[in-house]
Amino acid sequence: MGKKLLIHNDKVPNIHTLQVYREHGGYASVEKALKSMTPNDVVEEVKKSGLRGRGGAGFPTGMKWSFLAKPEGVERYLVCNADESEPGTFKDRYLMEKIPHALIEGMITSSYALGAKTSYIYIRGEYFYVARILEKAIEEAYAAGLLGKNILGTDFSHDCYVQVGGGAYICGEETALLESLEGKRGNPRIKPPFPAIAGLYGCPTVVNNVETIAAVCPIVMMGGDEYAKIGVGRSTGTKLISASGHINKPGVYEIELGLPVEEFIYSDEYCGGIINGRKLKAVIAGGSSVPILPAELILKNDKGEPRLMTYESLSEGGFATGTMLGSGGFMVYDETTSIVKNLYTLARFYHHESCGQCSPCREGTGWMEKILHRIVEGHGKPSDIDLLWDIQRKIEGNTICPLGDAAAWPVASAIRHFRAEFEEYINNPSKIKDVKHYYSVNQLAGA
Amino acid sequence: MEIKFNEEALATVNKIIARYPQGKHKSALLPILHIAQAEFGGWLSPETMDYVASILNIKPIEVYEVASFYSMFNLKPVGKCLLEVCRTSSCWTRGAEDVVKHIEKRLNIKEGETTKDGMFTLKTVECLGSCGTAPMLQCGASYHENLTMEKVDALIEEYRAANKQRSYTDLDYKNTL
Ligand SMILES: Cc1cc2nc3c(=O)[nH]c(=O)nc-3n(C[C@H](O)[C@H](O)[C@H](O)COP(=O)(O)O)c2cc1C
Ligand code: SF4
Ligand code: FES
Repeated sequence: MGKKLLIHNDKVPNIHTLQVYREHGGYASVEKALKSMTPNDVVEEVKKSGLRGRGGAGFPTGMKWSFLAKPEGVERYLVCNADESEPGTFKDRYLMEKIPHALIEGMITSSYALGAKTSYIYIRGEYFYVARILEKAIEEAYAAGLLGKNILGTDFSHDCYVQVGGGAYICGEETALLESLEGKRGNPRIKPPFPAIAGLYGCPTVVNNVETIAAVCPIVMMGGDEYAKIGVGRSTGTKLISASGHINKPGVYEIELGLPVEEFIYSDEYCGGIINGRKLKAVIAGGSSVPILPAELILKNDKGEPRLMTYESLSEGGFATGTMLGSGGFMVYDETTSIVKNLYTLARFYHHESCGQCSPCREGTGWMEKILHRIVEGHGKPSDIDLLWDIQRKIEGNTICPLGDAAAWPVASAIRHFRAEFEEYINNPSKIKDVKHYYSVNQLAGA
Repeated sequence: MEIKFNEEALATVNKIIARYPQGKHKSALLPILHIAQAEFGGWLSPETMDYVASILNIKPIEVYEVASFYSMFNLKPVGKCLLEVCRTSSCWTRGAEDVVKHIEKRLNIKEGETTKDGMFTLKTVECLGSCGTAPMLQCGASYHENLTMEKVDALIEEYRAANKQRSYTDLDYKNTL
């Protein structure tokens, strides 16, 4: 059993209540940080921990915090990114729903480190009921003197609020999120300036993922050096992985970074293998935006070494043979899966979610959906594969925000690794009718 | 329908506005639009949006451009129960297309349509963060997960019998996580 720091108490009855949460050691990091550490001490521990952003990009959190501008007399903000809309990702929901105080505790401790008097948790609108759970937890924290004026009798005062979104994947991009939090359309801003200089209401702002903020609590408690001993190399600590698709045990798992991918997929402690003992075909390891890899490349890298669940190991080989850890949205596809049809669902997603500001993204995602649609409907042309390739190349790197890249990579990787399947569909349209695209609901219910 | 918040809704709205710094009350727009949608028939009519603009003292166009950007705001009337079925990858691999077809047949409507009695609207949506409990659908604040055809049938019966509007802001949510 690997070490667990974030959801080790998820099965404790009533752990969502302040009382039970505190009985299990909750809010100790607030106590410790506010009473025995300076804000800078906290930042230093986070730096030493090697914690990297859990929202997808993996940027070192301590470094991000040290970039925060601190002009005299100007408010600073901490904003929690709880937009969680990357297909395949549902770990933040699990954490917030089961142990809401783990996030609130992290918000207070982190805000103390950053000198933020106010923080906001921006949560996707569809998670309305989770927002209620958080609001209840916040109310409890105020009543216990953990939020509000002079927290635990110290000089530090802090207010924390929840804000619901309106259903838009792009609002997970941090500058779009800030626009949305200001009551506007979620159009990403041109950077620089970065939020650390000019973020919410033009003030210096740190935007961090739910899991990143929750991880600050164990780091403060155990110390950055101890935390950094967990994991492998620059992939320190534990990570929440949300596993879905054709596996026996879908769900949210906390792993120590460095766990072999093969163990994660086949061990009964985690995914429990592929449904009905079928063969593994492919995996999208880090949310829909990262490249899909065929079974042989996800289990072992191109040098034949076992692939590990770390930022480095998963990206070994670059995009030619590797992928990314991303948000930890681990989607598993068995031998029956049509990669082309699956890609179509993703292309449709990115087209739907493009904010429309940049023409390569707005037009390109539309064309990719259209072309993939005609292929899966049996009307594909032999030139369509190269056309798809060209379109994705023209999007990548030519847009305001990374959604364009995120739309391009799945298409590029599917063609790179599964070109023959595209050709098969185009050359023998009648074959598509025979392909069992997915498990039927009742097949699974019986399984 | 008179477009005016009742006292309870107005109190909530004022509480939300107070969360933001002086002069930054426009931040409250999205949460207030959710309340307005729930209070005024499940969708945002031009009158409703104008009313929200007047409350926040902003121009109506500022409300329209936001309401039209986000997928949770309905700019046309919908049924009392908006059934939103996720169709993205993980749900698709576990039979989301079956769920959509089953509902279409059962309610005798196509995706995007509303039943004649105004009870149900069927919509397909993108990943709702429920991929591990696929296939799934959302109705109002409730997540319905690990769906089977039997569960879908039971849900439709339950909703029909209750005969009430479901909103994202409902407190009596259900989920199976
Ligand atoms: C299109 C797009 C969607 C994103 N969605 C999310 C999201 O849902 N949650 C999240 O934490 N980060 C998301 N990100 C990453 C954020 O922009 C940002 O890097 C992150 O919130 C930083 O927090 P971290 O350093 O703690 O990971 C997204 C980025 C892009 C480009
Ligand atoms: S890349 Fe796409 S989503 Fe990002 S700003 Fe441009 S159009 Fe909008
Ligand atoms: S793919 Fe359906 S909830 Fe994520």
